[in-house]
Amino acid sequence: MAEHDFDLVVIGGGPGGYVAAIRASQLGLKAAVVERENLGGICLNWGCIPTKALLRSAEVKHLIDHAQDFGITVGKAEINLNAVVDRSRGVAARLSGGISHLMKKNKVTVFMASASLGQKKGQKRQIKLDNGDVLTASSVVLATGAKARSLPGIEANGDTIVTYRDAMTPKTMPKSLIVVGSGAIGIEFASFYADMGVHVTVVEAMDRILPAEDEEISAMAEKSFTKRGLSIMTGAKLGAVKAGKTVSAEVTHHGKTSTLTADRMILAVGITANTDGIGLENTTVKLDRGHVITDGSMRTGEDGIYAIGDMTGAPWLAHKASHEGIIAAEHIAGKGDGHGVKKTDIPGCTYCRPQVASVGLSEKAALAEGYQIKVGRFPFLANGKAIALGDEDGMIKTIFDAKTGELLGAHMIGPEVTELIQGYVVAKKLETTEEDLMQTIFPHPTLSEAMHESVLDAFDKAIHF
Amino acid sequence: MAIVTMPALSPTMTEGKLAKWLVKEGDDIRSGDVIAEIETDKAVMEVEALDDGKMASILIAEGTEGVAVGSVIAEILDDGEESNLSDQTNAEPQAVAAPDEPDPTEAPVAETAPVAPVAASVAPQDGTRLFASPLARRIAADRGIDLKTISGSGPKGRIIKADLDQAPATASPMASAMAAPSPQAMGEASSVVVNTQMRKVIASRLQQSMQDSPHFYVNMDIDIGAMLAARKTLNEHAPEGVKISVNDMIIKAAAMALMRVPEVNASWEGEQTRRFNHADISVAVAIEGGLITPIIRHAEEKGLEAISTEVATLAKRAHDGKLAPEEYTGGSFTISNLGMFGVTSFTAVINPPQAAILAIGAGEERAVVRDGQLAVATMMTATLSSDHRVVDGANAARFMKVFKEIVENPVLALA
Repeated sequence: MAEHDFDLVVIGGGPGGYVAAIRASQLGLKAAVVERENLGGICLNWGCIPTKALLRSAEVKHLIDHAQDFGITVGKAEINLNAVVDRSRGVAARLSGGISHLMKKNKVTVFMASASLGQKKGQKRQIKLDNGDVLTASSVVLATGAKARSLPGIEANGDTIVTYRDAMTPKTMPKSLIVVGSGAIGIEFASFYADMGVHVTVVEAMDRILPAEDEEISAMAEKSFTKRGLSIMTGAKLGAVKAGKTVSAEVTHHGKTSTLTADRMILAVGITANTDGIGLENTTVKLDRGHVITDGSMRTGEDGIYAIGDMTGAPWLAHKASHEGIIAAEHIAGKGDGHGVKKTDIPGCTYCRPQVASVGLSEKAALAEGYQIKVGRFPFLANGKAIALGDEDGMIKTIFDAKTGELLGAHMIGPEVTELIQGYVVAKKLETTEEDLMQTIFPHPTLSEAMHESVLDAFDKAIHF
Repeated sequence: MAIVTMPALSPTMTEGKLAKWLVKEGDDIRSGDVIAEIETDKAVMEVEALDDGKMASILIAEGTEGVAVGSVIAEILDDGEESNLSDQTNAEPQAVAAPDEPDPTEAPVAETAPVAPVAASVAPQDGTRLFASPLARRIAADRGIDLKTISGSGPKGRIIKADLDQAPATASPMASAMAAPSPQAMGEASSVVVNTQMRKVIASRLQQSMQDSPHFYVNMDIDIGAMLAARKTLNEHAPEGVKISVNDMIIKAAAMALMRVPEVNASWEGEQTRRFNHADISVAVAIEGGLITPIIRHAEEKGLEAISTEVATLAKRAHDGKLAPEEYTGGSFTISNLGMFGVTSFTAVINPPQAAILAIGAGEERAVVRDGQLAVATMMTATLSSDHRVVDGANAARFMKVFKEIVENPVLALA
């Protein structure tokens, strides 16, 4: 029988949980992870990673379709859907196996089971597993993540109406697709299927797509998608949805109600935290609109119980969960400084075409917070590398506090911006001002030069535009 | 290398008890570590190290009472670094009560390379590196915050923006304007004067005074012809080595006026106002790097010869940096005299917790009208700055009237 007493038990082996366990082990704690399905969680198995693999296939298809623009003549690209999906599953499986190896290397015990918090016994908390095992631990990190939110009256059936999981393992390619919700998940699927030749309609309740992004970026993304042939319906209200051989949906848009029909519908309307069935009733852990309330050290109200990642609220991002996992582990080991995660320091990336990435405050949010701002913009059509790549759609927008020169936000749309954003994230974390960014030398010819020019533009010093 | 000085835990604190050392010699110190506890009559406060290094020497033993603010209590050294404490202690001025007076002596100026004026402005005097984000440096410069007074919460004590949110400004608006040159000006040659402990105490006390005390000003032109004549006679008959100055006579006249108008010889204490029974006159003395205010106690009881001798002795001790704390703390009223520079009149900043300060201009021959005729008289303009929480306009005016009467009729000093 495995050892059942630990310093730390982490419930959930996603990018928050397994990272917390590794960090705790590095700090000398005896740590265990309880995972009910796959190490790596949604992110690695059913989220970030497999979708990136799919989007890579879409990108290759797109490049082949446009090979003649680069002076290369090829035959028509044909999609082998099973191979595309298999590759995506293979990438996920390979990484999940990597996590297993990391657990062993860091001497973290892994229990493949569902777990539920039990009562406290002395200084120890009991954790009951559905395989009958009972663990005890001085500290527990809850990292159970979240699941797709459903809309009332619309049932995913795994066939014509699907959520992310079925959407990334299609057996057949639909001719037409309705994507409900235009956050990162919805837009990535919309972009993937559109590149695969599917007619995609995006239905968004808010007045713009990618509602978490800067308004200008949302507008540029919509323009770009529309040019690609996607139908975008913003400010649209979804009515009755009927599923048969196809799916039909009543949509009220601009005051008119019409019925959309498509082969398939993907629901991507957000997520809800996994807080049921994990024994929260045995604790004083408090929820706020479904999310666990935590402090800067990720502590819940209950002594010895921490919560991290998606279950603690937006933004629902793997890197936020990992970072919180480290904060929690270090606090448990007595090393934390309680600083917590500053939301404006968390970057967000969407891997549609063109890519979207951002960090910090949008222009509207900065103004709402009372900042006097300076805004810089630089389009990729004035960037040499972007033109050479044949990928010049997009721009970089930077927002500075006019008084102090603080970089308040950076918003990017265009080629490889999900890789570029980290330059601004580091700058922001180190609290550089515009001066440091202006004096930084950006290599030529790179897409990153547009980052420099955007900063220069905010202070009316742009050279190339 | 960094010296640790006795901190001022409140604007009025002049000394305190070193209650406890939390480190011992040889301990490794990180910036932000609590190294000692200081006890005042009001509270026990923690002293944080502002530098990394090794606790090289503890100079004031645990339990020592009456440790003057600004005096060196310990030294923190980098590995292998030699102590140069003796130089530092000499250079370190004593704590100071600080009325308004420009510094007539040039402060030592450190020339810095023109390429990096901003970085140089926050580098500690002792050459150790101060870790602060560029944004924190800029905000500190804009708001006149001395980064050396801030403990950083970033990695390894790096000062970040959030650490400055609650920080009070430590420099005057003038200093902050100097500290934040426009980008255009930054390319030009400039020089940086690193603020001494005394400069910082002056800055914080005077800023506090202007923020807390509602100042108002009353001035009066005073004929000093009779006083100058009396001074001549007095000096002709004075013992060897005694030379009574105009300022000595002003001290005496002000002390007498304070006895007649006790409302001005007072201090605001919130729930109550304290009235002082004696005129303990703080006399502003310019010294290298700032100024200090030695006190003529019970000036109303003393003769001019005694006042003159005492002023001369205290001024010399002030210049030598040898004043004891009780010699410059606890006055009831301050006189600041810029007459020797030819200043006609000026307003002074009240020296808290006092309620008034008298600013004396130069004596000069002016045209005056007497009995309808133009005449020439030696006149002096005196300006009283008063804390309106304590002193009303009529009180201030009455004080000035009595002061004028005594100066213009020096024989009244015999009364």
